Amino acid sequence: MSAPSGGGASRDGYGAALLEMVDDDRVVVIEADLGKSTKSCLFRAEKPSHTVSLGIAEQNMMLVAAGLSTSGYVPFASTFAIFTERGFEQVRNGIARPNIVVHLCGSHGGIHTGTDGSSAQSIEDLAIYRTLPNMTVIHPCDDVSAKALTLELRHHNSPSYMRTARNKVQRAYSDESAHELQIGKGHIHRTGNDVAIIACGVMLNEALDAAKILSKSGIEATVVDMHTIKPLDTNLISKLAKECGAIVTAEDHSVIGGLGGAVAECLVSNHPVPLERIGVQDRFGESGGSDELLEMLGMKSSDIVQAAQNAITRSLD
Amino acid sequence: MNERGMGLNIGELESMAKQCRRNIVKMVYGIGAGHPGGSLSAIDMLTALYGHRLRVDPANPTWEDRDRFIMSKGHASPGVYSILHERGFLTADDLLTYRKLGGCCQGHVDMKWCPGVDFSAGSLGMGLSFGIGCSIAAKLDGSERTSWVMLGDGELQEGQVWEGVMAAVHHEIGSLKVIVDRNGIQNDDFCETQMRMFDVSEKFASFGWAVMEIDGHDMNEIVRAIEWADQVTDGPACIVMHTIKGKGVSYMENNPKFHGAAPNEEQFILAMEELS
Repeated sequence: MSAPSGGGASRDGYGAALLEMVDDDRVVVIEADLGKSTKSCLFRAEKPSHTVSLGIAEQNMMLVAAGLSTSGYVPFASTFAIFTERGFEQVRNGIARPNIVVHLCGSHGGIHTGTDGSSAQSIEDLAIYRTLPNMTVIHPCDDVSAKALTLELRHHNSPSYMRTARNKVQRAYSDESAHELQIGKGHIHRTGNDVAIIACGVMLNEALDAAKILSKSGIEATVVDMHTIKPLDTNLISKLAKECGAIVTAEDHSVIGGLGGAVAECLVSNHPVPLERIGVQDRFGESGGSDELLEMLGMKSSDIVQAAQNAITRSLD
Repeated sequence: MNERGMGLNIGELESMAKQCRRNIVKMVYGIGAGHPGGSLSAIDMLTALYGHRLRVDPANPTWEDRDRFIMSKGHASPGVYSILHERGFLTADDLLTYRKLGGCCQGHVDMKWCPGVDFSAGSLGMGLSFGIGCSIAAKLDGSERTSWVMLGDGELQEGQVWEGVMAAVHHEIGSLKVIVDRNGIQNDDFCETQMRMFDVSEKFASFGWAVMEIDGHDMNEIVRAIEWADQVTDGPACIVMHTIKGKGVSYMENNPKFHGAAPNEEQFILAMEELS
């Protein structure tokens, strides 16, 4: 995948990965009206025989996917992240509980979705899917990594939820570096020993910008793309806690239960160090531009810088 | 393995259903909990399906090209376990594990625990959608296998059912057969007091389904309805079977109390006499 100046949205990577699977007759793509948005429309155009469109009916979609899976197919089902939540109990009881391999993708996740407003801005999806036994939970940062991780899911033997984002962002991966991605393993983009910034999704770019700002004042940060929220790369987190002594998480999601919550649980059980969590602070979003919302909600690179300084100060107490 | 059912005649099916009724009551009495009412209303149809129609293989429960049976009203598990025992999937000892720790006969039917169970149920409204997925897979495979889904009438109050009802017609899923157990009672009370559903057959028909109404305790009618449903191949078929909740045990019949309650010792003895 080349890198046009406009960058890439992770949903485009999802669509590109589905397209690469058209020759695999085990793969079935399932949609609930929003294929043009989630980008499953690309697969549908190439292989309508293996695309099941189910209208605006997410609950039905979850179990149709489960039925196909138990009959030998590998279903990739998608809608908006927020609307997957309408079928949460279907995912819980109909997919995760019997451990049926369905790959669910929720696009337009987070407040970065922007002007559609709070009804469309899922800020709790990572948290709720993370609570389900058997589920893998993934949130890639750009189109290149989303494509690589989606292709990896084809051979993944447990159900998964992948959140993608609506908007194009600057790419953090090349085709070569994305090739190294593994589900369940955080990817280190930058190393430093003063603080570790663990980010996912569109917040990876804010984290990388924050690291540059911190470096100017002599603070060197490690920046990790924690694209897999579950299973969490606890070995890496423990290692970073020991090496850096201070950690910041950054996610376009509620600070309750998502990446920040998962990292907090890991630290408390393994190697407690000061942690600052950047994300949505227990409130809903509203209509606005993506950057406006990030700024209003305290999720810009400058906020990560401040959080890193706070975490370092606390670690010295 | 391509043979349908067990080659039983009507009298043999009726006799098997009676044996299943005894096991249903024994299971529920044995653990002091469970759902006898909806098991007893469904058991004549379950017996006809396994005894007369379904292509399944007890020696190979996960045989890929088997017909699927999806018990969406998963609380009627004693009914399913009793017929799976008759069909050779479960032993008599297996039935004794009903609702017990580590037992294959979980409180609600579960494909991960019990051989012969195709769907993990327990939360109402999901089975039809799962059956649609199974039938779409059969079509992609070029297989003639069928999917049979049993829904409760109270279950029809779940919105997801109607998402599936629409989808099955839209996708012209001819290998999908639905049976509605219209016993008129749900957890709290009679359906008519909880949420009136008026004419269920008309509702399915209005969505474009082929529909047949029968007496769900008349084995001749049941077998004819199964054969009718098999002839419907251009879209989904629905059998609305009028049944009596708790059928076969006098004090359970049409009694909302026995949707989810076990008989006491005296009641158990009476039930065994009535089902002898």
